[in-house]
Amino acid sequence: MLKLIKPGLSTTVQDLGRPGHYHVGIPLSGALDQYALRLANLLVGNDEGAAALECTLLAPEIEFTADGIVAVTGAEATPKLNRAAVARHASFAVKAGDKLSFDFMRAGARVYIAVAGGIDVPSVLGSRSTYGLGAFGGFQGRKLAAGDLLPIGAPSPRARIGRSVDADLAVSCVRSEELRVLPGLYDHRLSADAAETFFADSWTVGAEADRIGYRFKGGRPLKFQDRTPPFGAGSDPSNIVDAGYPYGSIQVPAGLEPIILHRDAVSGGGYAMIGAVISADMDRIAQLQPNHQARFIRVDMAGALAARAEAQARLARLRATLAD
Amino acid sequence: MSKARYSFGGDEHLFVEVSEEMSLEAFFRGMSACAELRNEAIPGVTEICPANASYLIRFDPDIIAPAQLLERMQEIEARVEQAPRVLDTRIIEIPVLYNDPWTHETLMGFRERHQDPQSTDLEYAARVNGCASVDDFIAAHAGAPWFVSMVGFVAGLPFLYQMVERAKQLQVPKYVRPRTDTPRHTVGQGGCFGCIYSVRGAGGYQMFGVTPAPIFDPAQRMPYLKDFMCFFKPGDIVKWKPITRDEYDRDIAAVAAGTFDLRIKPVRFSLDDFLADPAASNQRLMESLHA
Repeated sequence: MLKLIKPGLSTTVQDLGRPGHYHVGIPLSGALDQYALRLANLLVGNDEGAAALECTLLAPEIEFTADGIVAVTGAEATPKLNRAAVARHASFAVKAGDKLSFDFMRAGARVYIAVAGGIDVPSVLGSRSTYGLGAFGGFQGRKLAAGDLLPIGAPSPRARIGRSVDADLAVSCVRSEELRVLPGLYDHRLSADAAETFFADSWTVGAEADRIGYRFKGGRPLKFQDRTPPFGAGSDPSNIVDAGYPYGSIQVPAGLEPIILHRDAVSGGGYAMIGAVISADMDRIAQLQPNHQARFIRVDMAGALAARAEAQARLARLRATLAD
Repeated sequence: MSKARYSFGGDEHLFVEVSEEMSLEAFFRGMSACAELRNEAIPGVTEICPANASYLIRFDPDIIAPAQLLERMQEIEARVEQAPRVLDTRIIEIPVLYNDPWTHETLMGFRERHQDPQSTDLEYAARVNGCASVDDFIAAHAGAPWFVSMVGFVAGLPFLYQMVERAKQLQVPKYVRPRTDTPRHTVGQGGCFGCIYSVRGAGGYQMFGVTPAPIFDPAQRMPYLKDFMCFFKPGDIVKWKPITRDEYDRDIAAVAAGTFDLRIKPVRFSLDDFLADPAASNQRLMESLHA
């Protein structure tokens, strides 16, 4: 078992997510940084989709009630076992009674903690991921609290200590990201100026940045074209007849602050979306802290698919490296 | 109706806007296209989400190329345009305690965010819709059935669109600034869309009442939730049934005992029959509900 001594700011159980129910408003959920989750699991010999802990901005303090094997990936925060630093992106042994804690996150926003055997909470609709708004999945459908005891599954025979990856396969985090965006959806409703300034300006991650979505501030307001509201759309030029929201889609309520939806997305609503962040860059949003910077880079579908292939090639290298 | 508009949402979504404006025809065509797409079971299509006048498809571009999916969808759209506009669905009676004490207490706490701080949400909605009284507004709200035109925002939350001529559509603006709280199971409205809040939380729709019926429950305690934790599906037809406080309390006791159930009947809906004579079409729906 894992015992939460201090829960951290927002620590949840996540796996790769829960596809197939978006049409009734149940989002994907799952680790916001999917690569970091896969890496953590592979390091401890788990299936890469096993459930692990996702720890946001302020990581928890955990006590192990039994011996085990652990790996920590994601944000740059030094893990400490009984107050002695241990390496990120490498598997290490823990003994019953050991305590794992963390320094503050120098860069990055989410640390992943995988334990050999995985976090053994019940699977709901095929996933152990926590969906907070729906209050199900994960551990009792909520973020973890002090005193929570999490069951651990049986480790695979592949679990061992000392497994690690080189820097090129580790998670690196920066304070200023470039996020690639495929324009589309309702971008034709933007004024010509706004369609340019969105990509030209530098944006700052706002305080409202969580698993549902990331809000950005600091760029010039984005004016939508005036129009007579279609029946059923609201009166603001940024309104549409309520529609489905893609993961990664960028909405701009009242033209003021762009919001990028992530894996706990609200599945639909009445704000025009001006494009979507490409799949290859969704993990990088997960590692942005409030006040970090972002620029949006325009790509076409060919560019989006090339970036996707590149991300998959890196994942294939990771699997090959950790196949031993 | 004009041709649908297609746009990719990143490399994993195809968004199809059937129409810029809401109408039963637009909803119906989107839902028919989604049903057809579901039947085709195209490898690589992972989510099919009908919405009010549009729909969203999530796909894996490693399995089906974006351009290929777009082509398949255009074929489906062309086919659906020719198909009979008939839907086999279910009609559900949802009890509502209008003007209940809980939404009243909540709305009184957020008057400074409202267009008309001197009125209640029901009084405001009655006035902007030209109803002589709150009772007249409730009679219009509960008088004709509503289509579930989309399920989402959060798990299991139905958006509803009333089945009346456009001239009779009730419309009411959303709050000027959204509330930070809405009681669970609030029956509300924003623009031309009704909704039931499936969970407690923030919201901007005007609040008219509350239903005792759970509509989203991961523990699936009510008989009608045994199949799935979310009750509503796009295409369901809902008829509100005004109830008294005594009836509400009796229902809540049944919910606590796990014995509460809903009146649910299968029904065939023809859009063309409806457009020809909405009142007669709705009358037939009511007969099916009470058969």
